[in-house]
Amino acid sequence: MKSKLAVDTIPEPERSELDSLPSYPLEIARRDFFRILGGGVAIFLVRPSDLASQESGRGRLPSRDAQPKELVAWLHIGESGEVTVFTGKAEMGQNIRTSLTQAVAEELRVPTASIRLLMGDTELTPYDMGTFGSRTTPYMAPLLRRAAATARNLLVELAARQWNAEAAKLVAGNGKVSDPASGRSIEYRELARGQALAKAVIAEPALTPAPEWKVAGGSLPKINGADFVTGKHRYSSDIKLDGMLHGKVLRPPSFQATLVSLNKNEAEAMPGVTVVHEGNFAGVTAGSERAAARALAALRAEWKTVPQISQPELFGFLKKNARPGEGRHETGSVEDALSAARHRLDATYTVEYIAHAPLEPRAAVAAWQDGKLTVWTGTQRPFGVRSELAEAFRIPEEQVRVIVSDTGAGFGGKHTGDAAIEAARLAKAAGRPVQLVWTREEEFNWAYFRPAGVIEVRGGALADGTVTAWEFHNYNSGAAAIRTPYDIPNQRIEFHPVDSPLRQGSYRALAATANFFARESHMDELARAVKMDPLDFRLRNLKDERLRAVFEAAAKAFGWGGKKNEGQGFGIAGGIEKGGYVATCVEVAVDSSTRSVKVVRVATAFECGAIVNPDGLENQIVGCIIMGLGGALFEAIEFANGRILNNRFSRYRVPRFSDVPPIEVVLVNRKDLPSAGAGETPILGLAPAIGNAIFDATGLRLRSLPMVPQGTLPKV
Amino acid sequence: MAKIRQLRINGRSHSIEADPETRLLEVLRDQLDLTGTKYGCGEGQCGACTVLIDGQPRRSCLTPVGTAENKEITTIEGLAVNGRLHPVQQAFLDAEAFQCGYCTPGMIMSAVALLRAHPDPSEAEIIRFMEGNICRCGTYPRVVAAVRRAAELERKAG
Repeated sequence: MKSKLAVDTIPEPERSELDSLPSYPLEIARRDFFRILGGGVAIFLVRPSDLASQESGRGRLPSRDAQPKELVAWLHIGESGEVTVFTGKAEMGQNIRTSLTQAVAEELRVPTASIRLLMGDTELTPYDMGTFGSRTTPYMAPLLRRAAATARNLLVELAARQWNAEAAKLVAGNGKVSDPASGRSIEYRELARGQALAKAVIAEPALTPAPEWKVAGGSLPKINGADFVTGKHRYSSDIKLDGMLHGKVLRPPSFQATLVSLNKNEAEAMPGVTVVHEGNFAGVTAGSERAAARALAALRAEWKTVPQISQPELFGFLKKNARPGEGRHETGSVEDALSAARHRLDATYTVEYIAHAPLEPRAAVAAWQDGKLTVWTGTQRPFGVRSELAEAFRIPEEQVRVIVSDTGAGFGGKHTGDAAIEAARLAKAAGRPVQLVWTREEEFNWAYFRPAGVIEVRGGALADGTVTAWEFHNYNSGAAAIRTPYDIPNQRIEFHPVDSPLRQGSYRALAATANFFARESHMDELARAVKMDPLDFRLRNLKDERLRAVFEAAAKAFGWGGKKNEGQGFGIAGGIEKGGYVATCVEVAVDSSTRSVKVVRVATAFECGAIVNPDGLENQIVGCIIMGLGGALFEAIEFANGRILNNRFSRYRVPRFSDVPPIEVVLVNRKDLPSAGAGETPILGLAPAIGNAIFDATGLRLRSLPMVPQGTLPKV
Repeated sequence: MAKIRQLRINGRSHSIEADPETRLLEVLRDQLDLTGTKYGCGEGQCGACTVLIDGQPRRSCLTPVGTAENKEITTIEGLAVNGRLHPVQQAFLDAEAFQCGYCTPGMIMSAVALLRAHPDPSEAEIIRFMEGNICRCGTYPRVVAAVRRAAELERKAG
C-alpha cells in the first residue's frame, strides 16, 4: 500500500530527451548489450533518481547493484529486425509476457512475432521491485510503451536522415518506415544494420490512445503457448546443469525448534553424499533425488521444541495480542451517528490462514563459480532474492545472478528466496551445482500463508437505508482495501497488527479478501435490517460511478431480483481495489434435508480501464473466481503446537473440476481510462456474495471463512 | 534386487539404471531429461505427473519403475508427431486452456487417455475423469472446452 501511494504521487518525468548520455549506466549497458545482442539500436529509458529510490521499496543495504536503478526499461532492435525487450518482471501465469509484447508491438509498429521479452534476469534486465500488487499493467506497460515509441521515433529520424526527408512526414508501420509522398520504404532491420546506436531518454512521447490500438486490445494468444502444451518449457525445477547434485534440507519437527545435536555418520558413509550442518541448518546432497532422500532419512537429529498455540485458540490470540493500530482513518463521529441511527449492527468476522499452494513448489538450482553465484529460481522478486542471497553469503550483489524462467504460479506466495538460499548453501558445501525442489509437504509447512484475521464491524443506518456510521477494525490480516467505497459520513477504520503465530505474507489481493468479506457481508446485514434489496441498498449509499456500473452490469447479466424457489438464494458483493472495479452475483442452492450447499452459478462484472487482452483478462477473472471458491468454502490451514496438520493435497482441499459452477463474465471496457492490473481484484467479490446468498436461502449468516468446510450447513 | 536397465518410452528404447522401486517420475526427469512430466504432490493427488503406461493414465510419482518395465510408456514429449501437435495439444493451445502451464502436461495426458476410452465424452464424463488433475490457476472450464474440441478434432481426423 505504501509503495503504491509513493508511486501515485511521483512527479512526471520531464518532457525532454537527453542527447548527452549519462556515461556510467550507458557504458555498462552498451558493452553488455552490443556484446550479447550484436549491433543495432538500443533504447534505454531513464528515470529521475528520486523516483527510482521510491520504487526500490523496503529498506536495503547501501546499494551495490550491478545496474543503477535509474534505468527502468530498455529494448534493442537487432540487425535481423528482432526486437528484444528487457524487463525485470516475472511471468507466472498472469500472461504479462503476452500483454507486454502487445504494448511494445503497438508503439513500435512491429508484428508481435518479431518481439522477444527477456524477463526476470538480474544480470540482463533493469532493476524491478517485484511482480506483485497488479502493477505490471499500470506501471511497467506504459514504461515499455514509452521505450518502444522512442525507438520508433528514432528509427523514423534515421530514415529521414538517410532520405534527407522531413521526419514528421514519414510513417512507421509493420516494421518499416515509409514515405507516403515518394512511396519508398525501409525496414527497421535495414536501419539498424551496422549501427551500435544507444539512446538514453527521459522521454514521454505521445502514446497511442486506447481507441486507436490495433494490437493491444485484442486477444493475442499466449506468446509461447506451444512450449507449455509440448512440455518443452523449462521451469526452474526443470533446469539441468553439468555435474548437478540433488539437495534435501532437514526440517525441524515444529516451527521455531532448534537443532540440539546431529549425528551424521550414517549419512556421510553413503557414497556420493555430502552433509552440511551449520547451526540450525542441516541438509544433504547426493547424485540422485532418491539417494538424497535416503541420506536425509539417515540423519539423526535432536531438536528442542517450543510450545505454540493451536488453531482453536487462534482468533482469541489475534485479538489479545494486537499492537496499537496503524494508519487509523477517522471522519465525523461514529458514536453520535450510531446513537442517532435507526438500525445498529455489531458483528465479528474471521478468516483462517490459507495456503497459496502453487502447483510448482518452490525450487532452485544454484551454481558457484569463482566466487560468483548463479541461481535459477521461480520467484516474484528476482532482485529481492538477489539481495537475500548477497546478504546470506555476505557477497556483493554484483556477484549474484538470479534467473527466473516463467514460473509455475505464485499468487503472492513466491516473494522470498528460501529455496534459493538453501540450494546455494548446499552447492557451496558440495562444490557442485545443486538442485533443490521442495516437496509438497515442505511447500505447505515452510512457505507462508495468507494471514488469518479477526474483523469487527459496527454499522448504523437510518430508516430510509442511508448508512451513517461505519466502524471497522481488522486484527492481523492486513490493511489492503480496508476502507469502504460507500459514502458514509462517520467512519473509524483501523488496522491492528499482530505478531502472527504462523509465518504469513502476501496473497492474491492480499488482505482485501478478508476486508471485502467483512465489509460486503456487513452491508448485506444492514440491508436486511432496513428491509431493502441488497443491490438497491448498496446503490443508495454509493456515489462512485465506476463501481455502480459494475454492480449494475453484474446484476443485469445475472438476472438479479428474479423469483426464487425454496432453498435457492442470491447474493451480491463488490468493491474497488488496485484500480479495478468488481461486482459478483452468486446463486446457491441449499438442500433442505442434507443442508449441503451448492454454488449454482456466478456472474462477475469487472472493469480495469482500457482492456489490453480480453481473452487473457477473462482467463484471469475466471481463475480468480475458481481460486476464490476454495478460500470461501473450504480451504483452511489446520495447525497445532507448531505443526501443520493438513500439509498435503489429500488433506488440504483445493478447488477441482467438479467444484466449478457456470461462470459468466462481463468485461466492462473503458477505453477512456488507463489500464489497471487484473490478476487479483476479481477474486474479491466471490466469498461475500456466496455468504450473502446462503443467508438469502436460509436466514443463516456465516461470518467465518471458510464458510462450509464440510460441505454442509449446521442443522437448524 | 536387479536394477532396471531399459524402458520403452515414446516408441524408443532408453537405457537407464535404477532400483525397481525408484519412482518412474524421477527416472523420466532426472535420468532421461524428460522434464515435461511434473512433480506436484508425490501422492497421486494432483495429476501433474500423469503419463500413459500401455495407454492407461498413471501417476508416475507413485509408479515404481520396475512395474513399467517392458511396457509402452508415453509422456508429453511423445505426443506430437514430426512436430505436428496431437489434437489434444492443439485443442489446449486453441482454447488457451492454461495460465502458468505447470499442470498442462498432466492435464493433456489425462485427456488423451479419456478420449481413447470415450471418443465423445459428455461434460459430466470429462469432469469425472479429470477430477484428479489440479489446476491452481483455475482454468478448468477452458480445459473442459479443450477436451471437447479435441474430441471434435479427432473425429474429423478420423
